[in-house]
Amino acid sequence: MTVFVIRRLLQAMLVVFLMSVIVFFGVNIVGDPVYMLVSPDADQADIEAAIRRLGLDRPIWEQYWLFLKGAAQGDLGDSFVFGEPALKLILHHMPATMELAFSALFLAIVIGIPLGLYAGLYPDSPLSKGVMAGSILGFSLPTFWVGLMLIMLFAVELRWVPATGRGDIGSFLGIHSSLFTLDGLSHIFLPALNLALLKISLAIRLTRAGVREAMGQDYVKYARAKGLSTRRIILVHVMKNIMIPVVTVMGLEFGSLIGFSVVTESIFAWPGMGKLLIDAILQLDRPVVVAYLMIIVLFFVLINLIVDILYSILDPRVRLQDQGA
Amino acid sequence: MTEVLEVSGLKTHFFTHAGVVKAVDGVDFTVSKGEVMGLVGESGSGKSITGFSILGLIEPPGRIVDGSIRFNGDEIANAPEERLKTLRGNRISMIFQDPMMTLNPVLRVDTQMIEAILAHENVSRQTAWERSRDALGLVGIPSPEERLQAYPHQLSGGMRQRVAIATAFLNQPDLIIADEPTTALDVTIQAQIIHEAQKLTKRTGTAMIWITHDLAVVAGLADRISVMYAGRIVEQGGIDDVIDRPLHPYTVGLLGSVPTANRRGQRLFQIEGMTPNMLALPEGCAFGPRCQALTAACSKRPPIKDVDGRSLRCFNPQRTKETTL
Amino acid sequence: MTDTVTDHSLTTAKSPKVETPFQRFRAEFFESRIATAALGIFLIIVLLAILAPWITPQNPYDLGQVSVMDGRLPPGSEAFDGYTMWLGSDGSGRDLYSAILYGLRISLTVGLASGVIALLIGMAIGLVAAYAGGRTEAFIMRIVDLQLSFPASLVALMMVAALGKGVDKIILALVIAQWAYYARTVRATALVERGKEYVEAAQCLGISRSRIVFRHILPNCMAPLIVVGTVQTASAISLEATLSFLGVGLPQTEPSIGVLIANGFEYMLSGRYWISVFPGVALLMTVVSINLVGDHLRDVLNPRLKR
Repeated sequence: MTVFVIRRLLQAMLVVFLMSVIVFFGVNIVGDPVYMLVSPDADQADIEAAIRRLGLDRPIWEQYWLFLKGAAQGDLGDSFVFGEPALKLILHHMPATMELAFSALFLAIVIGIPLGLYAGLYPDSPLSKGVMAGSILGFSLPTFWVGLMLIMLFAVELRWVPATGRGDIGSFLGIHSSLFTLDGLSHIFLPALNLALLKISLAIRLTRAGVREAMGQDYVKYARAKGLSTRRIILVHVMKNIMIPVVTVMGLEFGSLIGFSVVTESIFAWPGMGKLLIDAILQLDRPVVVAYLMIIVLFFVLINLIVDILYSILDPRVRLQDQGA
Repeated sequence: MTEVLEVSGLKTHFFTHAGVVKAVDGVDFTVSKGEVMGLVGESGSGKSITGFSILGLIEPPGRIVDGSIRFNGDEIANAPEERLKTLRGNRISMIFQDPMMTLNPVLRVDTQMIEAILAHENVSRQTAWERSRDALGLVGIPSPEERLQAYPHQLSGGMRQRVAIATAFLNQPDLIIADEPTTALDVTIQAQIIHEAQKLTKRTGTAMIWITHDLAVVAGLADRISVMYAGRIVEQGGIDDVIDRPLHPYTVGLLGSVPTANRRGQRLFQIEGMTPNMLALPEGCAFGPRCQALTAACSKRPPIKDVDGRSLRCFNPQRTKETTL
Repeated sequence: MTDTVTDHSLTTAKSPKVETPFQRFRAEFFESRIATAALGIFLIIVLLAILAPWITPQNPYDLGQVSVMDGRLPPGSEAFDGYTMWLGSDGSGRDLYSAILYGLRISLTVGLASGVIALLIGMAIGLVAAYAGGRTEAFIMRIVDLQLSFPASLVALMMVAALGKGVDKIILALVIAQWAYYARTVRATALVERGKEYVEAAQCLGISRSRIVFRHILPNCMAPLIVVGTVQTASAISLEATLSFLGVGLPQTEPSIGVLIANGFEYMLSGRYWISVFPGVALLMTVVSINLVGDHLRDVLNPRLKR
């Protein structure tokens, strides 16, 4: 197990390093942020001073070396726009994004798995067919479009919940989150639902496919031959088996939820990392873009690692291989 | 002898898109207390479907369309699911072919044994655990306490089948249906499993239906034998009678194709042709196209006749010299 | 016989006249009414987009034809020039019906171009991996796996962050985000095919590797590539719209559907829904119809998935 984790950690570091090269050079080759940051009537001397101040006059290799040296010390450079450390900016916006992503994951699980279970157990019922048609729509509809429709329906027409922004922040057990206030919950509902939509569809499909496969397995027939109740067969024998792939995929999808939150946050003016990224791209605020992408890469790598470990805990067959190794 | 099970005129058909598959088409037999009945036939002959029909485990598009199944005098063909649940695993147990597939891979052995007891009896988990442990001991599993903790994949195929047998005997059933329980095992393990099963039936007086395609297995185990072909029993009688003096050409063929030591050097007999297409059975005797004793009479369906103290579906009984197996 | 994509001799044996694989495929495809309707809708959308300059009342990007006086008119209003704006007009007075058809031209061009280019590149890389085998294959697949562990939307976003705006750049970004799906498809087929005994037999007979790749692996991966291609094209169109909506995709001078929706967003909270909603419906119909066709293609082309 330890060997496995260490090997995976080394691989992860290599991935992060490779991505840092790609991201840094990619972002720094295009655009010239200086002209956005100095006033239009600045003379050549002002511009050159700005370039020197931002370190843009040095060769790109040197810039990368400085970036890498800084990154090792937790310094990803200062934002051109805010003049603050990019990492600090991102960490400051991170809780809002995490809260949104967790809420979406929660919705995906509590809505998607029961619907998928139903559709898998009764594939021919009209409700199941409706659920499956809905899940195809959920896959096809662009997230931003659904977001617009949600705003139009629930915020503009029905006026049930506010359209944009993050609500009051409450504190519980030392954690600060808008999930602990009613106002906060009313604000997070639409964006979380919007972000969750794709994952609800995914959870439905995964669960349904898993249930249909499991129901045809001999162990289900054997469980029936033992005279077990249908309830126990489904909740213990079937669910325990399908939870392995479902948990794995949903866990891996957590990374993509954070990635997708870029879109949702922009629509709902949710003050998270995603909105920060879009603003940074539009303003050519390179350090923030690079820092965001590095954080995201790190996130993905970590999530993959955690899911792998979780998988080995859930599936007894994988655990044995580890003990043998 | 008291009759535990009395099957008469059983017909189980599958209504597929391609047509009606008459998997079981008029089967009669009885099993008495403490008796082992061998149900022999090629794959697709309907022997497993017969077993599942008794337990009411036929799933759509299959259905018991006709006939009666009397268990301890009660009619259980097409009985309500609730009634069948109280029988399954309790009064009638089943052992499946592939122990790799029938034990749920993600549940521990103890979970899967204890639930079989708790589904039928209101006893404490502790009692159920103790009974499971004792049952494992009875089928010759060393250190049963440890094995109870194991997951199925940590046990060998033979071990798993012993667990399945122990589970089948847990509630001291009146009847056990064993569906090719040794087919997936090594020959040496096969012998041990057969030995354990035989020992337990003798000891508990449980009746048993042993479904197999392997005549050699049945010869040493069963008291009576029923040979199935294309959904019907073609020959049924005492084990010694049938093995020593087969009357039906199909039984003769089956026995002839068993490789035995004392016919060394001789060519093995083979039944010509292929297993019948269940969607397009011939009008008359289903075995006709492959039969070496085909006569004009065989264009009609042969009825069951009593010949030499056994029931037979054939117009031209083969009175050959005694075979040895 | 082994050269054909699937073995038809068994399935067609019963039918009296011999069907070509294409005829059989066509018959099976049109069995589904939903897929047929979806294909019809998609073809109509493509036709409308191609014919846009001849069937719209105005060229929304010819400043001489657009009047600010017509701004934000609700659906059905009469324009200054006398024609009826059935879908209303946007903030700068463009007829939405015209703007949507012109927008579809751009969206479809971007989606189809990036789909085709990504398919060709991904297929080429996949075949190279399958042909070379060994370390080259392992290396290529490592990169593919690495990229596929990130969602395509995030890769595309990274790319536009690096590349900037413009039709060529967004196509490049989409190609980079999607080539790996095709490469993986080719490689999956290669794995299946190479595992089959006839390939081993062919190798024993000294048949060259390129023959195995081009005569066996390539034909066998056409069906899955078509399926992946439809789904990925739909996702490319949707992704471009998303990026453009966020303001990081196409510029205002190349107004795809996504740009139109973004332009209407500011008016939405004040109840002028049509400026965003109608372009959105056009996008939706395009993406959903392609996906429905793709979904059904998968069922028809992959016998294993048939129920």
